[in-house]
Parts: sequence; C-alpha cells; structure tokens
Amino acid sequence: MDITLSHYLAVGAMLFTIGVFGIFVNRKNVIIILMSIELILLAVNINFVAFSTHLNDVAGQIMAMFVLTVAAAEAAVGLAILVTFFRNRGDIAVDDASVMKG
Amino acid sequence: MPDLSSALQLAASEVTLAIGAMVLLMLGAFIGEKSTRLISILSVALLVAAAALAINAPLGQAFNGAFVADPLAAYGKVAIYLLSAVAVVMGDGWMARTRIARFEYPVLIVLASVGMAMMVSSGDLISLYVGIELHSLALYVLAAFHRDDLKASEAGLKYFVLGALSSGLLLYGASLIYGFSGSMRFEDIALSARSVADGGAAGLIFGLVFLLCGLAFKVSAAPFHMWTPDVYEGAPTPVVALFATAPKMAAMVLVARVLSNGFGAIHDQWAQVLVLICLASFVVGAIGGLAQRDLQRLLAYSSIANIGYALLGIVAGTEAGLQAMLMFMTLYVIDQIGFFAVLLSLSRGGKPIRRIADLAGLKKTRPLTTVVLTVLSLSVLGMPPFSGFWGKYYVFGAAADAGYWMVAAAGLVASVVAAFYYLRIIKLMWFDPPLDEEAVTDPQPIEARTLALAAAAFAFPVVIIGLTWLEPLTAIAASGFGAG
Repeated sequence: MDITLSHYLAVGAMLFTIGVFGIFVNRKNVIIILMSIELILLAVNINFVAFSTHLNDVAGQIMAMFVLTVAAAEAAVGLAILVTFFRNRGDIAVDDASVMKG
Repeated sequence: MPDLSSALQLAASEVTLAIGAMVLLMLGAFIGEKSTRLISILSVALLVAAAALAINAPLGQAFNGAFVADPLAAYGKVAIYLLSAVAVVMGDGWMARTRIARFEYPVLIVLASVGMAMMVSSGDLISLYVGIELHSLALYVLAAFHRDDLKASEAGLKYFVLGALSSGLLLYGASLIYGFSGSMRFEDIALSARSVADGGAAGLIFGLVFLLCGLAFKVSAAPFHMWTPDVYEGAPTPVVALFATAPKMAAMVLVARVLSNGFGAIHDQWAQVLVLICLASFVVGAIGGLAQRDLQRLLAYSSIANIGYALLGIVAGTEAGLQAMLMFMTLYVIDQIGFFAVLLSLSRGGKPIRRIADLAGLKKTRPLTTVVLTVLSLSVLGMPPFSGFWGKYYVFGAAADAGYWMVAAAGLVASVVAAFYYLRIIKLMWFDPPLDEEAVTDPQPIEARTLALAAAAFAFPVVIIGLTWLEPLTAIAASGFGAG
C-alpha cells in the first residue's frame, strides 16, 4: 500500500485533535497541558513537511525548523511560569488555578 | 535582486531594537538591580528612536517578500513603539512603588515591540508566525512579572496555556493554507485564492478559519476571550496597560493585512466568520461587563466589545473600512492609556484602588481625576464630541456603506448597553457618598497624572484638531493596500 499525502494529513489531524482534547479534558496536571501543546505543534510539523514534499517546495521544511525552535522556547517560558505558580500555590493541579473567576 | 544592506535599511527599526535590547540586557546583567531606572530611560529613548526610524524608512519588500515595508506597516510601527514607550514610563514608577522593579521589565517590552513590528510588516506565513511568537513569549513573562503574587502567576499561566493553544490553532491553519495554496507568501496565496474564488477551495477556507481563530485569541475577540478578564485582573497594572494597547494594535493590523492582502478574493467567505466574531464580542463585552466589581476586569470586557467594533471596519473589506479601523484603534488606545494612567495614579494607604465601589465620592478628594475619568468614560461609551464617538462614527459608517448595516446596528445597541457601566462609574464618582469619610487618597505620581490629563485632553478638545491630522495619515496607510 502506498502512503499518500492524505495519510500524513490524517495522522496530523488526529494528533492535533488529541492535543486539543488533552488541554480541555485533562483536569489533573498542568504539565500534561504542556505536553499537549507540544503534540499540537508536532502535528502541525507533520502537515508542513508532508505538504512540503508533496509540493516540492522547501518553504514548508523551513517553517518546520522555526516551529521546532519556537516550541523549545515556548516550553522554557511555560515551565518558568509554572515554577512561579508552584512556588505561590504549592500545587500544579489545573483546578487550583481558580483564584479568579467570572 | 535587492542586496542585504538595502534589506536591512527597510528593517532598520527592528534591527536597532533587537540589538538595543541585547545591549540593555547585558547592561542590566552587569550593573545589577540598581540599573532599573537607567535601563527604563534608555529603552524609552530606544523606542522613540525606532519610531523616528520607522517614519523615515524607505518603502519596499525585503527577504524574498517575507518582510513588507509599506505605509500601513510604518503607521502600525510608529503606534506600537510609542505605546510601548508609554508602557515603560507607566511601569517604571509603579513597579518601584510596589517594590517589584526589575530591569527585565523594559527589556521585555522592547523585545515584545520587535515582535509586534514583525507582525505588522509580515509578508508571508513564516514571518507572521515568528512575529506573533516573539511578542507572545515576552508578554507571557510580563503577565507573570509579579512573581511573588499568586494572582499574577495564575494570570501568567492562564495566558500562556491559552496563548500557546491559539498559536497551535493558527499554525494548523497556516499549514493547511500553505498546502492548498502552494506558497507561504501572501501574494501567491492571494493568486490561488482568486483562482478558486468561484467554488471549491474547501481546504483553503478551512485553513483560513483556523488562522482567524488563532488571531481572534490574540486580539481577545469573543468567543476566544476567556483569558482576557483573568489576565487583566491578575497581571500588574502597567503590564495590562501594555496588553490593552500595543499588541491589540499590532494584531488588528495583522488581521487586516492577512485578510485583504492574502484573501481579498474570498471576502464573502471570511466576512461571515468575522461577522459572527463581531456579534459575539458585542454581546460578551456589553453583557459581561455589567456584573463586574473589579475595575481592571471591567476594562477587559470593555476591550472585548471595542475589538468587536474595530473588526467591523475589517468586515467591510473596503479601503474606507481599513482606514476606519485604524482611526478607531488609534483613538481607542489613547483612551485606554488614560484609563490605566488613572488606575495607576489612584491608591489609598499604599494600596491601589481596584474595586469600582471604591471610586464612590471621588469628587471630594480628587476633583481633577474625577473630571479626567468622566471625560474618558464618556469618550469610550461613544458620546459626541469626544474621541470615542468619532472612532465609532467611522467604523459604523464604513460597515454600513459596505452593506453590513445590520451588524453596525447591533454594534450600536451593544454600545448603548455598555454605556450603563461607564455611566455607573460617573454616577459613583459624582453623586455617591464616599464609603469611608476618613479615607484619603495618596498623593498621585506625576507621570501617571500627566498621562491621564494628556489622554483626557486628547479625548476632547484636542481630538477635533487631531482628526484633521489623523484622517489623511490613516488614508495613506490604508491606501497601499490591495483589497483583493
């Protein structure tokens, strides 16, 4: 069986959906949210690289490099913010992030 | 084939800011915490210099079309740099008074303004994404800047999670747009949008909807506004003053650029999505604000409604609509600066006044501030002849001319409902007795007072002269704009 562009897109779409659900369904731990965000970005990368090969155009792979770099920076900033939150709250459960409501 | 030096000339203001930010960071790291004041002054100078460079920069394209320097970009950049400079000025004194002053604050604002400048002059999807991330990453940190405060770190965390999710949506949309149009550049995307305008192109429109959702998060338009009230309440006040002004301006210009440079040919398709976003923002902004007790939370709902009005100018899809959006945003951010300057200047016993109820009887102790806040409230609610009225006049007019008069009428109804919460502030200040007769407000810091006075003076009467300047300027900015 040949693996075509639509197979790659299907995998990308599935990973993307799992990532989005991971953010909204998970009520336990903020770290899981960070993992879900990473999953979303990697799903997008699969799309970019698949399109890039399909179109014979290098721009998509360049974008994938940028996404990887930004994802690393984003994880660093996210973890740093999480550390300050943990210091103030003593816990990183998602339900605890609810001092402000409305 | 343009060479590197001419390309760098086009991007002179961004290059200056990026190098300047690194120099300031080194300076701060070497001198230590006592350098905060010095670095604040230097970053204001840097931002003003960048604004001067942006005015005088040549026009054109660089880096293979990834970087566009047109009148719109220049207009956006000057606004962004000046607004960022105002945020540094506001923050410096306030941070020192609340004892959270650190030299990273001005440096982060400079870095964020590089990102915002990238956004307004992005010519393809790569520079769009890098610009958005560059400004977002700096803003996440700024939201959590008060790191010993639970509310601030919670605000930072919420902003980060939802911001990262919105970047993900935006990126997924960008990947689909790239795949179905075959190019990253807005010009080529516009060509393929035109060729499929009569039908088909489901993939392209699907991608565009994702991209719009991601951008709606960044401008805090409903139904993607969930982060706004919490971040406005939790983050330090000068940081919120920045959030309410420069990034909103940058993101609105970016939305306008993507939609009319890249997707002008399928205006009918994206206008439907934007109309829904506008209507949702009107409802959430007007109804949500009614029940609020916290002043900054109230301003969050007010900003959601106002972003709805600004998007109305883009919905119109005409040059007049884009011009109206720019005028509205410019007048609106000046009002916002005034509001936040008043918030920064009011405190009792060293504690900032945050509840709306605390404004009761302000007339007795602070008559001038009461007048300033009254003028600003009347302006934002859209009372003629204050500046907010003119902004709304232009966007509603442009939308009605383009055939969207139903949406414009909904906007008018929403601003009547929203008038309730501004009028309540005015009634509290002028007619209600103070909660506590003994309570005196602290002396007001000079910089916040001056900014508040200047913003109120602009709201009326300076705006009448200001409009004669602003109208030709925004007309030039909107003219370089291929609508379709």
